[in-house]
Order: sequence, then structure tokens, then C-alpha cells
Amino acid sequence: MSFQILAEAKKVAKITLIGEVDSLSAREFQKEIERLAVEQPDELVLFVENLTFISSAGLRVLIFAKQKMGTHLAVYMVKPQESVVETLEKTGLHHSINIVDQYL
Amino acid sequence: MIENRIDYYPTHEHQGIKFRRGHALPFGATMVANGVNFSIYSSAATSCTLVLFERGEAEPFAEIPIPDEFRIGNVYCMIVFELDYERLEYGYRMDGPYNPAQGHRFDPTKILSDPYAKVTGGRDTWLAKPNWDNIYPYRSRLAFEDFDWENDHPLETPIEDLVIYEMHVRGFTQHPSSGVKNRGTFSAIRAKIPYLKELGINCIELLPIYEFDEWENSRESPTTGEVLVNYWGYSTVNFFSPKAGYAATGKFGMQVDELKTLIKELHKAGIEVILDVVFNHTAEGDHRGHTISFRGIDNKTYYMLTPEGYYFNFSGTGNTLNCNNPVVRNMVLDCLRYWAADYHIDGFRFDLAAILGRAPDGSPLSNPPLLESLAYDPILAKCKLIAEAWDAGGLYQVGSFPAYGRWAEWNGKYRDSARKFLKSESGMVREMVQRLIGSPDLYSQRGPTASINFITCHDGFSLYDLFAYNEKHNEANGENNNDGANDNNSWNCGWEGETDDPAINFLRHKQVKNAFAILMVSQGIPMVLMGDEVGRTQKGNNNTYCQDNELNWFDWSQLEANADLYQFARRMIQFRRHHPVLRSPTFFQYWDYASSGFPDISFHGTKAWNCDWSESSRSFAFLLCGDHAKQGIVKDDMVYVAMNMYWNGLHFELPALPEGKRWHLVANTDMGYGEDSFDVGQEPELENQTDFLVGARSIVILIGK
Repeated sequence: MSFQILAEAKKVAKITLIGEVDSLSAREFQKEIERLAVEQPDELVLFVENLTFISSAGLRVLIFAKQKMGTHLAVYMVKPQESVVETLEKTGLHHSINIVDQYL
Repeated sequence: MIENRIDYYPTHEHQGIKFRRGHALPFGATMVANGVNFSIYSSAATSCTLVLFERGEAEPFAEIPIPDEFRIGNVYCMIVFELDYERLEYGYRMDGPYNPAQGHRFDPTKILSDPYAKVTGGRDTWLAKPNWDNIYPYRSRLAFEDFDWENDHPLETPIEDLVIYEMHVRGFTQHPSSGVKNRGTFSAIRAKIPYLKELGINCIELLPIYEFDEWENSRESPTTGEVLVNYWGYSTVNFFSPKAGYAATGKFGMQVDELKTLIKELHKAGIEVILDVVFNHTAEGDHRGHTISFRGIDNKTYYMLTPEGYYFNFSGTGNTLNCNNPVVRNMVLDCLRYWAADYHIDGFRFDLAAILGRAPDGSPLSNPPLLESLAYDPILAKCKLIAEAWDAGGLYQVGSFPAYGRWAEWNGKYRDSARKFLKSESGMVREMVQRLIGSPDLYSQRGPTASINFITCHDGFSLYDLFAYNEKHNEANGENNNDGANDNNSWNCGWEGETDDPAINFLRHKQVKNAFAILMVSQGIPMVLMGDEVGRTQKGNNNTYCQDNELNWFDWSQLEANADLYQFARRMIQFRRHHPVLRSPTFFQYWDYASSGFPDISFHGTKAWNCDWSESSRSFAFLLCGDHAKQGIVKDDMVYVAMNMYWNGLHFELPALPEGKRWHLVANTDMGYGEDSFDVGQEPELENQTDFLVGARSIVILIGK
């Protein structure tokens, strides 16, 4: 399986993304975000060390998350690979996301 | 909840695809709850089929004939459900008469792009070799409207305060010396924003970024063997889609986000964005051209046709868009509104805009409805509108373009006058003065803000080449040097092309500086061509439309090699932006309405207050009174500019300043690097306050403070 979601929702929502987020797996990702949004978390933490590719659909889910959960939501992306960071930068999304090496 | 609306449930099914009657407006493909609303106009089609592809697939996964009962007037519309927005590509087949003499060229074997598509795929990476057997090469896609603009807003800088920088997206950073990631893309321009800020420009004008096909009319260069392409991009495939090949993320279909990010960042840096838009023709060419979209959807509506059904060619490229047909006019309006509203574009420069004032039969209109509509449009109300006020059919409207108090123009006469004056032609003093004061002879009712002043642009010699070549050298274009303009008003300073002669090279650099000085002290809006500030050369080629190579690319190593030019250009731009007296929104009145003791402008020569206007004169000076800046609303220094294009130096007697003020040196193009110009606030005071020796073919700028 190239893609998994492990989530828990308190005030901090955590999701682990593995493999590739293409347009199909992005739908699963979005459903998970919608589910988490009900809990109104303050922080969304994405563990992406083993994420090798994120498609435009996947990036749109990040935008969706901000819109769905409110602008107060802090989004963390933990240990993204260089190619993922580049995609975020080219599309300007890195301004909306905190890229960190670890989440404590 | 919108999902529960009764009109968002399917009523029909075909090949497993569910759909229902759609909405006629807006045209194009619009996401609605659970589906996509497709809407397209054709005045003469007898049927219309929606063709759906998975992204990149050779064959469609469905073709849905739009039921005739879904047609509203001449609009076919339908909502299709449960489509994958991200992976969908769509097009149309239109059936109808094939009768060119009547203007109809329907061909149901072709799959046609949607004229209102917001994203067009198929040329996703610049110059990636296409599959020539693709049955649908330019694929319409959906765009999302979820971009986070934060607090961004078009800057609405007063037009007289702009310094425009004409730039090619790819050419700006494609050279390996640019030192940025993703060379040649929107993203790479973002990395160069600090450079643009340091240079001091506050507006970039991008050569066409609508989707075009760089492969159009591609061929081999006879001199180098490399492929010649449609580099400039003045040949639109789709008016609503940004060029995917200009985006590093084009292969992911994210060019919309990348371009919007660039615009947002430019705005943060105080830099406006003007688009060069091409509404005079399309990439479909004449009757021998490809059918991409318009020709197959409604040929008679979209194109100006001769009585025999051939294409009028006022654009010089095969066809002419029928802009004053009400349907096409609305498309142009919809398009510009979309770019202004969704991309926060600050203004538009219209390529061959005289065509936009022609009637469907080609005759010039006295009150062209399209131009009037644009001028009074509520959404475009704060956008700059700039016309290239001529076309390839002989209509030349510089000074007479129907402006409705809104339109500015590329002032072709400014370019010609400045070039002739710079090469020391006789009888040019009066003409040059007209251009320096904002061309009141051309724009008496409109003011100096109607005049976009330029000496060079993408079309023609670069500024350095203007002083290095007497003749064009376009052999690399493969047209036997027959293409490109012959009347360049250039002067090679004594040797054709590159030379080691230090005197000639010094003179060339001086002429480049003279040109920058003239441009930056002129009333009106200056426009600088990308790279002119570092002496970019096109090796004498004055028509580089097909050259995707170093003839067009900005060579960033020139920043060091020609540091003198860069420093001078930067300081001249800084000087202009610091002195409001150079940027009046209205014409001079030639009298002292601010009671300062000086008129707003006065003319001088080797004797103060005595200008030589004769045919043989090649020199003059003018004095701007700072108390009259912006019609006397703000205070500025006195600005004195002496221009001597005579081939010997001349002593200019300086006008006496009011008590307490002293003359300071801003620029002297006769001097070498380090002594030719000074930063704002660092101008040295002159020892001799009564006269100044202005060198041969030199310009001196002083301020009195």
C-alpha cells in the first residue's frame, strides 16, 4: 500500500502520509481532513518523511484544510523531502505551512 | 446545503456518465456541486458533443452528445456529474455546414478546445517534443478558485509614477548565468524580485503568457541547425489559460497557482504586473492552418472574413479575430475581467490594438464598441489600458487612437524621435522637445500619461545594438535577412558589430547612457526593455521572435561586465522616482503659476534662457521648476538637463538659481564609470555655478537645491 493515514483528533490532529498522494489518494486524504475538521483542532501535523510525491490534488487538500478548519489552524509538515518542498515553494504554499524537522 | 439542491441531481445517463440540463452562463466549464457545468456558444452548429479524457490518455473515455433540448438559443450547456476534477480533460466536437464561401468550416472529426478553458494542457513543459499524432493536442482542463491571496490587491500606482520593464518570462532567467532554480519560469522570476527592486522598476510588462504553442511554425536554423520556435508567443491558443510551459509546475497542472504566487510576491515588493495581450489573431492561421478551437466552433463569428470566405490578415499572421462582433467582444471582456479579478493583474498592453477598432469588414470604426466597452468596464476600471496603436494592415493611430480618456499608447514617435536625435540628425531639437514634455502635439486632450515612452522594445534592436549596428543581421532567422524592420534609425558609432576599439566602445556605452537619461527625464511613462540596463546584445538581430537561445536570454554575467551601464541605469531610475517634477500628470503651462520666479518649464542653450531651435541645432537644455511639481502640489528641486548631440563639446551657461540654492551634479554621460552619475542625496556641488562644459554627444543633469 503506497498511502496510509494514521490519525488522532484532540486539539492536535496528526496524519502520516506515505508514498504518493495522487488524485485518487488525495480523496482519502480529503475525507480524513473533513473528519478531523469536526474536532476543530488547533494544529494539523503531517508526518511526511516517506512521502515521495504530492500531486496538485494533494496540495489542494492542504488549501482545503486551511479553509475548512479556519485560518487560525497551524499546519506543520514534518521532514518533507526536497521535491515536496520545491513543489510547495513554486506554488507559494510554503507561506501557509510550517516546515519542521521534528514535531514535539 | 448546495449539495441538496434538486437541480444538482442527474436526469440523464450515457455510457455510464450521469448528466442533466446545464446553465447557459457562465461560458466554459464551471465546478458545481457534484459536477461540472459545461457551456459553449456556436451560432451555426447543428450538434455538439462533449468529449471527455482522462489526463494524458490518447483516447476519450466518453463522448456525450448534448441533447438538443439542452440547447438554449445558440448555447449548448450540460452538467455532468461525478467527474474527477483533477484528472479531467475535455473538448467538443461540433457538427455543422462545411461551406467556406459562407464562412462555415465545421469538421466533426476534430476535437476542439473550449475558448473559455481556464487551463490548457498539452504543452506542459517548454519545448518537450509533442506527440504529433495526438488527436487532441491542446486539452481544456478545469481550474480551481481556491488560491490564498491573503490581503493582496492590485497596486493602483498612478500611471505617471510607473517605470515599466518589458520582460520575456523565459528569457529573463533561462540563461545558465541566472543562478536560480527552475530557470525560465514564473517561479524563477520570483527569485529575481530583489534584482528588480534594486534596479528600481515598479512594473513588469510580460510578453504573452496566454497559452501558445512554441512549436508553431518551428523549423531548423540555416546557420546553426538548432530549432527555431515561436519564442515571443504572439499567437494565442487560448486566451484564459496561462502558458503551462512557463511554469515549473506546469507538468503537475499547477501553472495557475505558480503565476498567482508570482503576482502576489511582486505586489508585496511594490511591483505591478501588466500583461501583453494578443486579441488580434489566434494560432489557427489562415485557411491552411490547424483547427484548434474557434475555426471549428464558429468560424464566421470569431474571424473577419473576406466576401469569399477567406481570412482578412490585418495582423500579418494569417487571420484576424473579429473583435467587434458582439459575441467576440464579450469574450474579450470576459477574458480581461477574469485576469483582472482572478489574477489581480494591474494592466494590459494590447498588441496591434488598432485592429480592435476595425469593423467586421475591416474598415476602421470611429467609435469602436470594444474599445469603448473596455474603457468603461467596471471591473477593469482601475486597470491600465495600453495600446500598440497600429496594425499590420496599415492603420497607424499613434495620437489618434480612440482613447475615451482611459487608454495610453506605446508612443512610436517617441522611439523614432529619440533615436534620430541620439544619432545627431539635424532638425530634431523641436521634435525631441515635444517628446520630452509628454508629446502634447499627439495627446493634447489626453495629457502626458497617454504616452508610454520607449526607445527599444522586444520588437527591434536592443539598446546596445542600436549603437553597434547600422543594419539588421537576421540571417539566423532563416528568412534571408528579409524579415524585421529596415528603418531602425540606428548608428554603429563607426564600426559594424563588435570591436576592440576603446573609443568606439566608450561612445556606445555613452549612447546607451544618453538613451537612459532621455527616457528617465521625459514626461510620460518610461518603458525599459529587459537587459538594456546591462547592454544586452542580440548580435544585430532586430526580429528575434524565433530565437530560444542567447540572442534573447538575459546574460547575467553582463551585470558585472557592464557594471557601468547597470549602475547608470539604476541611478537614472532612482533619480526619476525621487523627483516628482519629472512625473507630471498634466502638460506644462509655460508660466509661473506657483509664484516661484520661474515658469514650470523653460528652455535654454549655450546661453541661458536662449534655446537654439534652428534646423542645424543639435543641442538644448531645459529647466524644470520644482515648485511646480505635480501641478504645484508638492515641492521638488530644480532640475536642469543639457543635451548635446553635437559632435563637439559645448559650454552651456547655467540659469541662475534662487538665492540659497546651488547646482549639484546628478549625471554626466561624458564621464567614465564611477564619475558619470551619483546616488540620490550624494550629488556633488559644482565648483563652477555659472557654466558647464557638456561633452560631445553627452547629457548632463543637474539639480538645484
